[in-house]
Amino acid sequence: MRVLLGVAGVLGFLALAETAGRVGLIDPAAVPLASTVLASALALATDADFLAGVGATLLPCVTGLAIAVGVAVPLGLLLGSVPPVERSVRPLVEFLRPIPSVSLIPLAMFLFTDSQDAKTALIVYTCSWPILINTLYGLADVDPLAKQTLRAFGFGPLSVALRVSLPSAAPFIATGIRIAVSVTLIVAVSVELVAGGEGGIGQFQSVAATGNRVDRVLAASIWAGLIGLGANLLLLALERRVFRWRQEVAA
Amino acid sequence: MILRRLAWCWLLPVAAVLWEVATRQAQAVYFPPPSAVVARLHEMWFSGPPWRGFLTDEAFADLLPSLGRLAAGWAVAAAVGVVAGLAIGRLPWLSALVEPLLHFGRSVPPPTLLGVFLVFFKIGTPLQLAAIVYGVIWPVLINSTDGARHVDRQYIETGQVYRLGRRDRLLRVILPAAAPKIFAGLRLSVSLALIMMVISELVASTEGIGHRMLEAQSEFDIPAMWAGIVLLGLLGILLNAAFIGVERALLGWHRASRTSSR
Repeated sequence: MRVLLGVAGVLGFLALAETAGRVGLIDPAAVPLASTVLASALALATDADFLAGVGATLLPCVTGLAIAVGVAVPLGLLLGSVPPVERSVRPLVEFLRPIPSVSLIPLAMFLFTDSQDAKTALIVYTCSWPILINTLYGLADVDPLAKQTLRAFGFGPLSVALRVSLPSAAPFIATGIRIAVSVTLIVAVSVELVAGGEGGIGQFQSVAATGNRVDRVLAASIWAGLIGLGANLLLLALERRVFRWRQEVAA
Repeated sequence: MILRRLAWCWLLPVAAVLWEVATRQAQAVYFPPPSAVVARLHEMWFSGPPWRGFLTDEAFADLLPSLGRLAAGWAVAAAVGVVAGLAIGRLPWLSALVEPLLHFGRSVPPPTLLGVFLVFFKIGTPLQLAAIVYGVIWPVLINSTDGARHVDRQYIETGQVYRLGRRDRLLRVILPAAAPKIFAGLRLSVSLALIMMVISELVASTEGIGHRMLEAQSEFDIPAMWAGIVLLGLLGILLNAAFIGVERALLGWHRASRTSSR
């Protein structure tokens, strides 16, 4: 029933948009008809230019995210395991975190002649914060008894961190990564729109907009939305699978 | 107590001094020393006459439009998001109807719609407002929906016992019960609004902080570009702090009731 209603909602929205255009409520010359946009979206699926653009957008997203995980998780583990260090670094983190990453785009354009590198660097910067904060949050939530048990058995601080703290904080880290993923596309497309340059969904859209092909701009947005939605659902499914033990423990 | 908390901020001045020394030593073109950045920041925006709050003409030309759009866009998104979220959260059929659309809508990266808005609105304030509203509304909407959906049954039933009308039930039971969630969404949206403000000004604007930064970049005025970054960071901190202050004032009852029952 829920699924049927959901499908009805999507179809209803499309029908409404289509009728508004056909009746003349919205000028079809300015806003393309829903059917036109959908047809363009289908056409983009086999459009070599667009697919290359998607690749050029997603590659820095994936590399940037991987680097951010590699930097932020160990850093969070270090900070979270040594409380005085954490208390000292925290104000610095709180000071740097609110800087909107997109405000660094002009700087990144200077530092990296290659726009792919600029994207990757900005994505690393943006993604590191939610991952770091969530790692710290997860470490604060570790059962002290488990840590003390391991210590009592003579394990050193490193083993305690790797055998208890890290697995216990892992679900929080996963949440941080999921938050980070949703931002990667925003940053990548923003850089492409501002800096232009070598390909990407943003660049594809700029070209389509100059050619007054709003249907293609919208179609690209739809694909970007589907990619974002797909990535989010995939991560949620992975989280459920990987952390099944946690739900069992909790239950 | 406050002194102790301040003492834990010792790394901030140390980092600033290190940054100053390192940038002076390295003489890196793109990394001016912080003293130069602060000087440029002051000269550009805050060296005006005292009777105008020390704001310069440039500050009026750059900051006020940016902040105005930020506030207006956020306010519109907050109002629409909360009202729509309450409705979706309380009406199961509506929630089932729009849920796939919402999940899709929030997954569309807002910058990808800038190209579309550009065609609809041309460059100017309406475009920026549309970008901010679209980018900011999702966390508010989703958190309000969630908050309204999971109101404690006891509250609702108590309201029924007292024969509260629809209006009272919404305003006195559901809205307060959903308030903590709503505020969590609003807080997320404040920092998002700042991001959307900057992007929209970088991509399509003839004024505002983002546009000024792009100008500084093309004129190779590196300290001015950094001044923009610092100003936006400070704005982020200020907005967040102001929001937490408002939240504490408005949600004090909630925290009090939670701590006393524990």
